[in-house]
Order: sequence, then C-alpha cells, then structure tokens
Amino acid sequence: MNVTVAPDMKGTTGVLSRGRKLVVIGNGMAGCRAVEEILSRDGTRFDVTIFGAEPRVNYNRIMLSPVLAGEKTFEEIVINGQDWYDDNHIQLVSGDPVVGIDRQQKHVITRSGRIENYDTLLIATGSDPFIIPVPGKDLDGVVTFRDLDDVDKMLTAAEKGGSAVVIGGGLLGLEAAHGLSLRGMDVTVVHLMPTLMERQLDEAAGYLLKHELESRNQTILTSANTKEIVGKDGKVSAVLLEDGTVIPADIVVMAAGIRPATGLAKEAGLDVERGILVDDHMVTSDPDILAVGECVQHRGLCYGLVAPLWDMCRSLADYATDTPSGYGGSVTSTKLKVSGIDLFSAGDFTSGEDCEDIVMRDASRGIYKRVVVKDNRIVGAVLYGDTADGNWYFDLLKKEEDISDIREALIFGQAFASGGASLDPNAAVAALSDDAEICGCNGVSKGQVVACISGGAHSLDTVRSGCKASASCGSCTGLVESLLALTLGEDAVESGPKTMCKCTSFTHDDVRARIVEKELKEIPQVMQELHWTTPDGCSSCRPALNYYLLCAWPGEYVDDQKSRFVNERLHANIQKDGTYSVVPRMWGGVTTPGELRAIADAADKYQARLVKVTGGQRIDLFGIKKEDLPGIWADLNAAGMVSGHAYGKSLRTVKTCVGSEWCRFGTQDSTGLGIKVERMTWGSWMPHKFKIAVSGCPRNCAEATIKDFGVVCVDSGYELHVGGNGGIHVRATDLLCKVETEAEAMEHCAAFIQLYREDARYLERTAPWIERKGLDWLKEALFSDPNTVKELARRFRYSQRFSQDDPWAQRAGGDRADLHSHLAEVRPLQIVSEVA
Amino acid sequence: MRVGKWLDIGPVEQIEPGTARTLPVEGGEELAVFRTMRGDIFTIVNKCPHKQGPLSQGIVHGNVVACPLHNWNISLETGRALGGDDGCVPTIPTKVEGGRIFLLREAVLNPQVPADEAPKAAA
Repeated sequence: MNVTVAPDMKGTTGVLSRGRKLVVIGNGMAGCRAVEEILSRDGTRFDVTIFGAEPRVNYNRIMLSPVLAGEKTFEEIVINGQDWYDDNHIQLVSGDPVVGIDRQQKHVITRSGRIENYDTLLIATGSDPFIIPVPGKDLDGVVTFRDLDDVDKMLTAAEKGGSAVVIGGGLLGLEAAHGLSLRGMDVTVVHLMPTLMERQLDEAAGYLLKHELESRNQTILTSANTKEIVGKDGKVSAVLLEDGTVIPADIVVMAAGIRPATGLAKEAGLDVERGILVDDHMVTSDPDILAVGECVQHRGLCYGLVAPLWDMCRSLADYATDTPSGYGGSVTSTKLKVSGIDLFSAGDFTSGEDCEDIVMRDASRGIYKRVVVKDNRIVGAVLYGDTADGNWYFDLLKKEEDISDIREALIFGQAFASGGASLDPNAAVAALSDDAEICGCNGVSKGQVVACISGGAHSLDTVRSGCKASASCGSCTGLVESLLALTLGEDAVESGPKTMCKCTSFTHDDVRARIVEKELKEIPQVMQELHWTTPDGCSSCRPALNYYLLCAWPGEYVDDQKSRFVNERLHANIQKDGTYSVVPRMWGGVTTPGELRAIADAADKYQARLVKVTGGQRIDLFGIKKEDLPGIWADLNAAGMVSGHAYGKSLRTVKTCVGSEWCRFGTQDSTGLGIKVERMTWGSWMPHKFKIAVSGCPRNCAEATIKDFGVVCVDSGYELHVGGNGGIHVRATDLLCKVETEAEAMEHCAAFIQLYREDARYLERTAPWIERKGLDWLKEALFSDPNTVKELARRFRYSQRFSQDDPWAQRAGGDRADLHSHLAEVRPLQIVSEVA
Repeated sequence: MRVGKWLDIGPVEQIEPGTARTLPVEGGEELAVFRTMRGDIFTIVNKCPHKQGPLSQGIVHGNVVACPLHNWNISLETGRALGGDDGCVPTIPTKVEGGRIFLLREAVLNPQVPADEAPKAAA
C-alpha cells in the first residue's frame, strides 16, 4: 500500500517549511545523498542533524570491496569529510545510534539518552546483513561484510593467513572472497544455489565466472548448504555442510544477503512490510517521516543496489523543497567489482513466455553475451568477458526502445549495430576481402571457403569437412552460412545432417567428437565451447549431453539429475495416470519362491493395481505411488532384489530359455550364460534401451534374433547376433560372428555394447544405428584390429565399476527423499498473513 | 498482487533448484510448486492440459516445464502451453517471505484458468 499526502498539502504551505528541523537517521550513502540533494535545491530551508551508528564520516560503502582488496584506502572512499558537515552547518552525531522514535513528541532518542526534536524525520537506516540461522553463527570469527569495522576484522584475520569461508556466492560474497584471496588467505565460497550470483547471472555466465574464480585458486562450492559453523574454545574453526563436508576456517564471512533495517520504523508504528512502505515522494505512513534507500519498499520492491538510491534521493529532495516530481521505481544493472572479471547484468533474463534469447559465445576469448528480447524491446542482458556494450544495452532497456531495425546486429554491439555497418549480415560478409579470415580456429580465409563451396560443397556440413571452416568451435557458422547463400543463392544451399537440436549448429556426432577431443566435462562447458545459441539448452539436448558426458568420462562426470527424464530420476516407469510401475531385476529371468513371495507381499502392501509378466521375463507391478517407491524398493531389496532398470535408456533385460540343463534340445547352458551376461551389463547407461537374449539352440525360444544383442547357442559354440528389435519396425538381427567359448561370447557382448555406447546417437537404438552405419562398418570397427574387442570390453568394464550401484537401495536408504515425498510442511488451513 | 489470505507451505530450501514438489490439497487439485534454477518459485496445478501428466516430474528449463508424458512445454508464469500447443493450466499466486513460501488460499482451494487464457472453443 502507498500513503500519499493530500494533494493540497503538496508544494504549498507544506509540512516542510523553511527553517525547520530535519533529523536524519543514518549517515550512510542514502541519508547523506538525500541531504546533499536538498541542500543543492535550498541551502537554508532546514537545520540538519544526522545520526550515524558508525563512528566516522560518510563514505562510499560500495567501495569497501576495493578497500578489502587493497586497491583503495579508506581516505579515498570518503564522500563527505568533516568539512562538508561544517560548511553546511550540519550536526553529525556519529557512534551514538538512534534507538527510538517518538512520533507523538516528534523526537528521536539515542543510545546514550540524547533526545533530538524534529519537524521532519528522514529514516535512512539501510539494511542489515542476513545471518543464516545455523549453530555457531555467534562464534568469534564470524563476520559480516557491511561496514568498515567488518573490513578491519577481515584484514586482521588475513594478516595471520589461514583459511576463510565465505557463505554466499552473490555480489557481496564474491567481492569479499576476492579481497581475502588477494590478502593471501585460502578462500572457499559456499553457495546455496547451483549458480553463482543466480539473481544476476544465468547458468552459462555463472559457469564461466566459477571457472575463472577457481583458476584464481578460490574453491567454489555450489549447491552447498551450510549446516553448522564449528567452533573451538569459542572461536570459529570450521564450516560443516549438509553433505558432511568439513571446511577448515579461521574466519567465516556471512554474505548470504541483506534485509532492510526496519526495526526502528516498525517499533514506531509505521507501515512496514519487507521494507518501510513509502509513496512516490518517499513519504511513509506518517506524513512527517520520510524514508529512503535500502530500508524502504516502494511499489512492492526493495532495492539493494546504489543506483535506485540516487533516483529516490532526487525525488525526495524535490518533494521536500516543494517541487514534487515523484519516483517511479528503478531498473537496475549489476557489475562485479573483481578486477579482471568483466561481468554485466541487467533486467530480467529468465526465459519466459514470448521472450527470445539472442546468444553469442566466443569460447576462444571467453565471451558469453545474451540479450533477451520481448516484443522488439530488450528486457534483459547478461554479458561475460566483454561488457563494453553493457551500458548501451542497459540504455536501450531503460528507454524501452524498439530494436527491430538493429535486431540482426544487436548482439555484436553498438559499434556494429549503429556504426554504419550494413545490417544485412550477407551484405557485410559480401564486403569482406577474399583474404579475410573466416575461421580463426583453422585459419580459413573467405577465398578458401568460397572455393570450397564452388568446388561442390553445398551444405554447412560439406564445407566443414571440405575446408574445415567452422568445423572446430563453430563460432563462424553464421559467416559460413552467409557465404553459402551468397555463392549459391539462398535456395541452393542444402541442409546438412540434422543438428542435435535447435540450440546448436552441430550434429550429435560433432558434439560427441568434440567432447572427447576438447576434453569437455560439464554441460555448461560444452554449451560455451560449442557456442550453444540458447543459454541453458532444452529438454532435448540436456539429456543427450548428460549421456555423452557420462559415457566419455566414467567415474569423473557427475550425473546431472535435472537433465534426466522422470523415469531415470525416479527409477520407475511413469504411467498415464501419474503412478509408476516397478520391475525388480530377475537375473536371466530366473526367480525363486522366496522372491515371488516378497513380490506378492509388496504388491499387496503397496496395493499394486495390476501384476503383469513382461515380454522380458520379469514381473511388473503397476499403480505404485511416487511416495511409496522407496518403501516398496526397501522391501524388494530386503528379499535380495535390485532395480530392474525397466525405465531407463540402459540395459533392460537378458531373456533366456532353459538350455542344456533341462531342455532335451539345448546345446549350451543358456540360462547360466544369460545370468552371467546380465550380471556383467546391468546398470549401464546407453543411448537407448538395450535388450539381450540367450537361446540354448537354434529353435530360439528366447527370441534372441529380435534383440539388440542375441546369443544363439549351437553345438560348436555361440552365434552372436546384433541390431534386432520388435517395435514399430520389426528388425531381425544381423549375424555378427561366431565364437567358441562362453568367455568369448561375454567379451564380444561387452565390446559391442561399448561401441554402441560410444558411437550411436542419443535415442538411437542399435537397429537404426546399424542400418545407418552398415554391418560392414560394424565388423570393420570391431575386427580389423585384433585388439579392438579386448580394448572396448575393457572400457565397458571400467565404466561399469561406476554404474553398478543399485539406485533403489540408495533411495530406500533415504537418499533424495525429497523426490518421493510431498512438500513436508503443508499447513493448508493456517492463515499466516493477510494483505489488505 | 491479489488480495486475500495466504497459506504458509514451508521453507524454500525444501525444493531443490530446477525441480518441483507436489502439494496435495484435500478435496482439490494437487499442486506442483516449482523452484527454478534462478530460485524463483511458481505454483501450478499438477496436471498437463494435454493428458493430465504430472508436470511436477518434468524437466525445468528457464521458467518452463516440459511435461513428462508427451513433452508439452508449459509456462510456469502463465500456465499456458507454449509452441504450437493450445491449453492452459491454472496458476496459483505465490510469494516468498522470510525464506518461506506462501500461496494464495482462495486460489489453492479453487484454482482457475484466467478467462482470457481459457481454451478456445472448437470451431
């Protein structure tokens, strides 16, 4: 709610007339700037008294970071020295904070008991650091980063060296970390969210920042929740995280955020929500009391940056000097004050509805730029590595200028978009000389690209393979596409193989090859290095990248659960009604009475609505609720069963017949081999689902010839078949080879799976993969070098060392309980607050 | 901000960024409360306008969730189906104060698609 002064009060007789007593609570940037603004309009209107909690003159608080970093001294950041107060007859009471406001008597009371009357009161108390409520928060050595005293404490600690933990990876926390690191401390930043400065940065920029800070020897822990600050003899000694990690600490800096300092206002009975409520003239619910700065809430917003403060102070001074203008709120931008890191952020950049992202990445120069456009207007911008155009974008954003005319060139910056360069990208490329370099990675000139196109390369892909232009990082893809259009005409350009998704100009194969070649090990890194055109990918490329990284870096890459489809996150199959089906593993399709009893009991206990035998010789329990999954898994685990992975792009089942043990036609122990194969292959992640079968004789009761990998036992050994499936297009297998021993059959199975894992595209089953590549290619790839099978099988077994943990057991043991439970604290009938 | 009484449904930390959790409502529609990678909180009815898939289980990108059943993209801000799809799921006014999530009570008990978002009548 806003409080307004009656119109006839404004600008006339006024509540604020000449020679009256103005008392300011707060000697910080807002309070002093407000006084400066008033004085500049009318130097004699008020007798001014300023109360400051800190025992010093007014200084530039946002420059505390450079003081901590040793780049500036305190004297250099003083805004107004004592002479300013003297010259303007301002009484400064520092170090004696106001502790109470008496609105009836119209006076304030300080800690020492001093009473000061006011005609007009200005509250500029700023904000307080938010102290996260964990045990140990009051220990000696836990500091905030708000004023010069805090800086002094940090400097004293830094003199002794040792370790510092900064809680909070926002603007303030990172600046504190930077300063302490420059002062020689081992710094760890603990940040609750997955992305540093998540209010200002997106995932891509946050990733680049994290890596830059890590290269400066800071340890950055994201998604890290502080559980406790551990002390020894009353002094801080370490920080304990929720996941059990202990980080030694000689000092802990609490930089988890700020809260408007509203205590005084609230006690005085002013209207306060998150901040002190003010109208457009910075008047509170009491017409004699104004408020300004970080302590206020204006039109529902609280600000924690300096720019809005200047706007507020201007409106406040206009009002106080009877020329009311009105403050309409501020659009803010952010820069990080860490030397050597260029980072800019403004406006809103969540990929919302009707918003369009324009992204430019230049991996070789470490640049990421993203401009968010809505209705032909810039609504947000994130720049990393090159912030020269930050203010230009910010200006366009604030003025809400229509950018449709410069849209094509917008992302290249002001010089390009408005500097007389042609806005038609094709024309700009046409104007380049023949020896102009198009592809920096491979040193390819325009002339060479054009020659390649004239020589028959009529698609992006053939240009890439022909002259290597845009074949590495891809940042010149747009230029090459322009050259294709210029040389051949728009209509004659052939589209190459399908790209991975709309986020990239690369194909699945390109992306995979570059992951290995460039040793890319995280999703944001792939997106940056390969110039993704979206900030954080889509639901199609994220799962694919997650799989490719998992396959390329076993044991090293940490699976990104958020990039997985629900079935692989919940380890069960989602059904159309939102319940799940549960399939316990039965090795080779063999079970026992004990297992069957446990399954029956579980089906009863969790009220499975259907119990069905699957095509892969398993038992499927349908209609299980998300909340019941850990419970049913615990029961099945207790009976010795593990996840059947019936839900995953992974090894599903090994189906067998009874083989030579029982069957009068059986030639080998197909059941035994099937069990061994399943023990070897279970838990492995694949491009798509993968099914195996072992038949004991050519009658093929296990239907091995429509499986991804099928073994048909014969008297003389084992026929190995590949690339079959049921499905929409039934495909019978191709015979790959024949081997003599069980061990060889196993080895070939492992090798074939690994080749499929490393070569096929995500969501491509073995049948289309083999159709695409050809059986000859497959045989060549496996058998041309006698060591290949062994080497592939070795790689498969190595990666299996990291994937054969039963996911059900982990969940049944309480891991990720949040995925299976409703929000814990539901209090549906309790009303907590009411908005008038 | 809409006017009314607010329900406290607990601290934001209960939801991992980039995911959602469910909130059953006695006698009403189950809700899905999302926390985006950026930390914003949104609440929608946990039912895709297409085939009623549980949106809480979808992959979240930006302020959008992809339904786990058929990959429809639903805006968390407006509840509207994006791309070429047509449909809208009710959104629940949600705010965060003091680290806790509050939902507008009347919308929780009676979630509604705004009139201008209602599905177009069949031609």
